[in-house]
Amino acid sequence: MGGQLKLQPRTEQKVIQVFMYLMTSIAVLVLVFILVVILKNGLPQLNLEFLTKNPADMGREGGILSTIVATIFLTFIALLVATPLGVGTAIYLTEYTVESRITRIIRFGAECLAGIPSIIFGLFGFILFVNKLKFGWSILSGGLTLAFMVLPTIIRTSEEAIKAVPPAYRLVSFSLGSTRWQTVTRVVLPSAIPGIVTGVILSIGRSIGETAAVIFTAGSALRMPTSLFSSSRTMSVHFYILAKEGVSMPKAYGTAAVLVISILVINIVTYYLMEKYIKRKS
Amino acid sequence: MKQRGILVRDFSHYYGENRSLNNINLDVYRNEILGIIGPARSGKSTFLACLNRLNDLIPGSRVEGKILVDDQDIYGPEVDVVALRRKLGMVFATPVPLPLTIYENIVFGVRLLGNNDRGELDRIVEDSLEKAGLWAEVKDRLHTSALKLSGGQQQRLCIARVLALKPQYIMLDEPTSGLDPISTMKIEDSLRTLKKDYTIILVTNNTKQAARVADRTAFFLMGELVEIDETRVVFTRPSDKRTEAYLEGKFG
Repeated sequence: MGGQLKLQPRTEQKVIQVFMYLMTSIAVLVLVFILVVILKNGLPQLNLEFLTKNPADMGREGGILSTIVATIFLTFIALLVATPLGVGTAIYLTEYTVESRITRIIRFGAECLAGIPSIIFGLFGFILFVNKLKFGWSILSGGLTLAFMVLPTIIRTSEEAIKAVPPAYRLVSFSLGSTRWQTVTRVVLPSAIPGIVTGVILSIGRSIGETAAVIFTAGSALRMPTSLFSSSRTMSVHFYILAKEGVSMPKAYGTAAVLVISILVINIVTYYLMEKYIKRKS
Repeated sequence: MKQRGILVRDFSHYYGENRSLNNINLDVYRNEILGIIGPARSGKSTFLACLNRLNDLIPGSRVEGKILVDDQDIYGPEVDVVALRRKLGMVFATPVPLPLTIYENIVFGVRLLGNNDRGELDRIVEDSLEKAGLWAEVKDRLHTSALKLSGGQQQRLCIARVLALKPQYIMLDEPTSGLDPISTMKIEDSLRTLKKDYTIILVTNNTKQAARVADRTAFFLMGELVEIDETRVVFTRPSDKRTEAYLEGKFG
């Protein structure tokens, strides 16, 4: 076939360029489309009241304050648990062991964890945290479930970041009389921080947006959470229920807009801070 | 009066099945500069790594024989490896400043011991940079990134960083291999001065450098010590044909 379809090199170049341009445009267009639809329908809903009042009448009236608070708490707990676990695992895999069957099994396990659908995590969290450990539908159950869901992301990004630290830094650190732990804390981690933070940000995004795993474990109560053991509804669960039960489409769009905007803001702020951090270092 | 600082006896080193050092016997005297010359892969760098046990970090590394540093068997069971590495400071071929300020690079090793006294750290920084011949050039920008220094300055920074550890031995692994002649000259000058207070082992693949600064010179070839003697003797009347051939540039 290649023999028959022969184009001038220059024409071929053009065709490929146009093709690539099209592919890229489609990807960007999808993003733009989502943003436009959500912001167009959601932004008119947004006002101070929407952000500062609790939902009333199943969400038909009032704002979404309790769901914002629930989302923040849940995400906070998830990262509080997943970050030390994930970074610790990554440090162990890269600094404290040599590549072996065991490290490969651990890594393979983490990869498999990443491939499990979130609803299965929901089921796992429901069985373990809600029932077995009797945490009930609560912020704690939801947060822990999310922690395990984002753990592989944090392990993998941290591992990549740690591996990217030049080996010469470690050698110098050891030669100046540091222990392995001192090398990790004073040389390796400071250099790997931007990469590790990227993983944490990705995980925040996933936690905020997660629905299936949360609805099984944190429940869907609309009250303002008062403790770790309060059943509560996050923004994404709220959106799901409002839209699916046909409670109020305008309120659903408003919630979606807040979700999308907050994720955008988190990303932008973090990248800005990272830029500054990297500039200060070098 | 020549006092022995390091004694190496029947020492061999293996990476897995490959023998990288074969039955080395030599002494290092206090306050001398011992030059080690030899072609690539002759075991020079491995030898340095064995002296401060950086070779421990390489999987499959194994040693036979003995190395005594100040009468202590450094492969003995109760050796404090961290203390050993402070005693035998190491400067690598490529200057590797850590991604910190000039100041923090110098005090890195001092802080590891938990010493954070500002006044003392300041004094150590000035003293170390002065000895490494870098103070005048950087004293106004101690708190800027060390990565911004030129290659030659970076290497002198690495020497200063080692001096801050208050070592007794300084080992340099081809420290000027990537530097221009002027930077090289500055480093060689510092070495001549440092000799008064330290014992220096200088690995170099530049035989002329050994001739310029070393008191004694050892010639390594394929993991073996071919000969070791006063530099003057090695360069004018080598006792081994292979040394002569290497110095004449017949291989290398």
